[in-house]
Amino acid sequence: MGAQKKGGGGARVSEDAEEQSHQRLQAILLADSFATKFRPVTLERPKVLLPIVNVPMIDYTLAWLEYAGIEEVFVFCCAHSIQIIEYLEKSEWYSHPNLVVRTIESHKSISAGDALRYMYEQQTETSQIQGDFVLVSGDTVSNMPLADLIQEHRERKKKDEKAIMTMVIKQSKSSSLTHQSRLGTDQLFIAVDPLTKQLLHYEEDKIDHPRGSVCLDKSLLESNPSVLVCNDMQDCYIDICSPEVLSLFEDNFDYQHLRRHFVKGVLVDDIMGYKIFTHEIHSSYAARIDNFRSYDTVSKDIIQRWTFPYVPDINFSGNRPLKLGRQGIYRACDVIQSRSADVGASSVIGYGTKIGDGDKILNSVIGNGCSIGSNVVIEGSYIWNNVTIEDGCEIRNAIVSDGVKIRAGAVLQPGVVLSFNVVVGRDFVVPAYSKVSLLQQPTTEDSDEELEYADSSSRTADHLSGLNLQMESKASELGPDGAGYIWEVCEGAHDEEWKHSVAPIPEDKLAEITQAIDDDDTDDESVVPTSGELKSDADSINTDMNDPNDDYYDFEKEVEGTVLRAVEENIKVDLVTLEINGLRLSYNMESADCAGATFYSMMKLAVDTPHNSASELYKNAASIITKWKELLGFYVKKIDEQIEVIMKFEEMCQESPKELGPLFTQILHLLYDKDVLQEDAILRWAEEKAGADEADKVYLKQCETFIQWLKEASEEEDEDDEDEEEDD
Amino acid sequence: MDFQVVILAGGFSSNLVPLVSKEVPKALLPVANRPVLSYVLDLLESNNLKDLIVVVEGEDAALKVGGWISSACVDRLHVEVAAVAENVGTAGALRAIAHHLTANDILIVSGDIVSDIPPGAVAATHRRHDAAVTVMLCAQPVSGPSESGGSGGKDKTKKPACEDIVGLDSWKQFLLYIAKGTEIKKDTRVNKSILCAAGKMELRSDLMDSHIYAFKRSVLQEVLDQKPAFRSLKQDVLPYLVRTQLRSDVSSDQNNVEENGNGKNNMQNNEVVLSQVLSNASLPSFHQVYESGLDSRKTHKCCVYIADESKYFVRLNSIQAFMDVNRDVIGDANHLSGYSFSAHHNIVHPSAELGSKTTVGPHCMLGEGSQVGDKCSVKRSVIGRHCRIGSNVKIVNSVVMDHATIGDGCSIQGSVICSNAQLQERVTLRDCQVEAGYIVCAGGEHKGETFARK
Repeated sequence: MGAQKKGGGGARVSEDAEEQSHQRLQAILLADSFATKFRPVTLERPKVLLPIVNVPMIDYTLAWLEYAGIEEVFVFCCAHSIQIIEYLEKSEWYSHPNLVVRTIESHKSISAGDALRYMYEQQTETSQIQGDFVLVSGDTVSNMPLADLIQEHRERKKKDEKAIMTMVIKQSKSSSLTHQSRLGTDQLFIAVDPLTKQLLHYEEDKIDHPRGSVCLDKSLLESNPSVLVCNDMQDCYIDICSPEVLSLFEDNFDYQHLRRHFVKGVLVDDIMGYKIFTHEIHSSYAARIDNFRSYDTVSKDIIQRWTFPYVPDINFSGNRPLKLGRQGIYRACDVIQSRSADVGASSVIGYGTKIGDGDKILNSVIGNGCSIGSNVVIEGSYIWNNVTIEDGCEIRNAIVSDGVKIRAGAVLQPGVVLSFNVVVGRDFVVPAYSKVSLLQQPTTEDSDEELEYADSSSRTADHLSGLNLQMESKASELGPDGAGYIWEVCEGAHDEEWKHSVAPIPEDKLAEITQAIDDDDTDDESVVPTSGELKSDADSINTDMNDPNDDYYDFEKEVEGTVLRAVEENIKVDLVTLEINGLRLSYNMESADCAGATFYSMMKLAVDTPHNSASELYKNAASIITKWKELLGFYVKKIDEQIEVIMKFEEMCQESPKELGPLFTQILHLLYDKDVLQEDAILRWAEEKAGADEADKVYLKQCETFIQWLKEASEEEDEDDEDEEEDD
Repeated sequence: MDFQVVILAGGFSSNLVPLVSKEVPKALLPVANRPVLSYVLDLLESNNLKDLIVVVEGEDAALKVGGWISSACVDRLHVEVAAVAENVGTAGALRAIAHHLTANDILIVSGDIVSDIPPGAVAATHRRHDAAVTVMLCAQPVSGPSESGGSGGKDKTKKPACEDIVGLDSWKQFLLYIAKGTEIKKDTRVNKSILCAAGKMELRSDLMDSHIYAFKRSVLQEVLDQKPAFRSLKQDVLPYLVRTQLRSDVSSDQNNVEENGNGKNNMQNNEVVLSQVLSNASLPSFHQVYESGLDSRKTHKCCVYIADESKYFVRLNSIQAFMDVNRDVIGDANHLSGYSFSAHHNIVHPSAELGSKTTVGPHCMLGEGSQVGDKCSVKRSVIGRHCRIGSNVKIVNSVVMDHATIGDGCSIQGSVICSNAQLQERVTLRDCQVEAGYIVCAGGEHKGETFARK
């Protein structure tokens, strides 16, 4: 599988000899993000080859690694490996004097963890990785120097064998509203030892704790007198690793994600006492393009020259430099621009692009060979290469891939992503946030996190060949003369839609979030355990009750299912009790809970059985109770349990006052007659209720006469004749 | 300064039995032959805080404390003594004396502190930030309050680690989190909304709450009124204020209160804030940023004053602490005692009588009119007034209170002998406490025992 491409061929032999003298600086570049955030575009082309400000992402990463003094890069290709290798072969990277680029291919890997395991296995045969290495992904844009950092890492490693990784972080305050950074990633909570910079805790928001607090282990604080908890840091996904990292991945075959599994594993499971350290960069730039929002942000940073020297007017990877004009407008020398066209600040226009009359281009990047008709408005958008835009189109905050045709008068609403060669029909309005591709949305979305486009490379080719057929058959989704499928938003990704889009967050969403924060905050109080506050405080009671309630609810559901099945299939009472007992153990419930739940299920059954009048309902209930009283009797041996049943019943009546409410006394009497409830229990319940609110006493009042009768009966057993009249 | 000072002097603390009794409430326990309360009063006086309310639990104790105060310092300070019911907690005590509080800001000091940290600095920090509450934090003693250790030996099994966990912002100005280490079972939970607003939070377990607080009176009273269940300042009120600092319920009408009290109005307030920001050319605090981001929000500030590490601070809340304080005040922290030491680093009152061949080592104190017999040896110990000590007695690392009688040939190590107690001949005590007026029979050898009548 992993055919290994030796970059420069035999010319490398001489360098191998030098390896003894000094440790080569090596890097592993993962040319696969193992995620699906750039779909549908990545179905057809690997993410690292997508252009950012008209240069493929991987070029930024390689150029930076070369500049930072890395001597050898292993490019790990997974999905679309052929495309990547082809690209690298055509580019000048293979013949670069200072940087050796080798590619490693593996189609089996579906995660960063698999990739590193594969590297490790290869390692044993060829021992490519000799020492510490830099681990980055191919979508990193940075200009930070690495040599000092690697030196720092090595020295730390010399002193402390266990310091196996140094992680680069950068300050970046996430918005207090959306709780996401400007790169569109979830907010990150890390805890660092302020002196040694050792990483103590790593938590990305959503995955671990949707709750309002960060949990730190107590032992952490006991062993460190001071812990710095940061929320304003951005993980740059640039790691300096020691060879142990590879073997750790090998040992822990379930590690997939670099952060979620590996870092967490090292921190939480405390494997062999390994430690991870952080390095904060201040003046240099480092960011990873994780989603469409970060694509937008990083593009702007490049245009604003934060990433110098990796800016459009400098040739850093064989790209043709553009000319920088006033107001940060980069323009190729051969652009044909109509005099009436208006190109606004911070825009980039590539080679061979034609811009028609009356066009308005603002804050946008336009690739090579595009042709733009007249009176087109393009705002905050990214138009890749060879795109045709006809007259009068409006494009706002969209990404338009290579070869797309947008017919006259079409409108792309904010957040639209058009994949390769899509055709948007005349006057068609593509709704906001739609993702459009010529390929149909894959239906089997198994574990969407891990698989980016692992198996799609082979399929892509088929699809592309059969493209024309599909265009005709299913053209209507983008207007009569359009071509492409609008993908449905996958489940649970509605949030991602606007969070990870190139479009700015709309105001109504902001308002919504603000509202949500208010709600969250009020929740907080019950969620955060009140430190030392008295238990009698209302909030803390809620805290205590929350979980058992949920548990009880689940338990009740299970019991209900069991009873229902028992009734339907006429299962023996012993077996049902056995089953309920099992549930009771697994949910850690009391016998009284079983009684309540069983009774609840029985009454629910009665109510659910079709009936026309109250008397029919009573008959239903009576027959069920008569039939299953043994089951109930099994759990109501004690007075407390019987009271629980009455309370439960009362609760049910309150919930459906029309159905069961009027029958309260009758059914209570029935339960008494069938010896399910003893009079002591009923009287005790009445006593307890006597002190309750008026509203709670409705049912007590309803059965007052019955209780009265019970009281008298207990005093003198004889007087039942006349009382029975009252009860009926 | 318009600060009212409340000293919470407690009552008969059960931790300190048998040292405290009906006769001697906690506030009057002697430290180097002066009541512990006098150290607090001196500290406040030196910071020019002279308007004091001393709150004592229980009527009897209040009478005792009041009696001492009127004899000791009525001429220098304006002190009121208020008695509150026992076991109402610190918050309860403040509720009970709420009608006495009139100043805008209240400084609350625990009455069992022996320290040289200036409370004035806390008050100044409080005012500078216009805080709702300011807490003084001090370095947690690493292994007992001072290195001169050696006393008590195994008594020091109490782990000082993790007494309090506090969260500070990056400039160490604001208090973002506080929890008692002993109450945290497994995880420390830090509220994300506060963390997000502040960006960074430094969690420190090497600082401890020193029980010196400055409160805005309006805030304090509002919390006490609104939350009748709150009993303790440290465990209830303070965490509540810290937790709610970004969605304050209390400061909403606080400005109005201030308006009435101070004649300040909101406009001016804003200008003050603005001018502060401009003059310091610093970023506005995260509270202000947060407030401006969500305009419906009110915030209040919880500030900290972190005492210098070199400062001395001990709370007299356990027998071990009592021993430590006595040792330190005549030893390493002798500037606190207010006595002048002899060339031998000890204090022997001129009226004390020493027998022949008796030595009194450094870091010792011998009170007025005490008599020590022949061939005795006293090391690192405090001996009260009018004690009678026989011959061949060895006293090391101990405290002997006034009017105690110690027979010939006794050996006392790491122990406390309360006033009027009597040790008969040849008693050997190690790490013991003898209650006031108790008589220990001759010849006994005791270790780690408590002698009390019940």
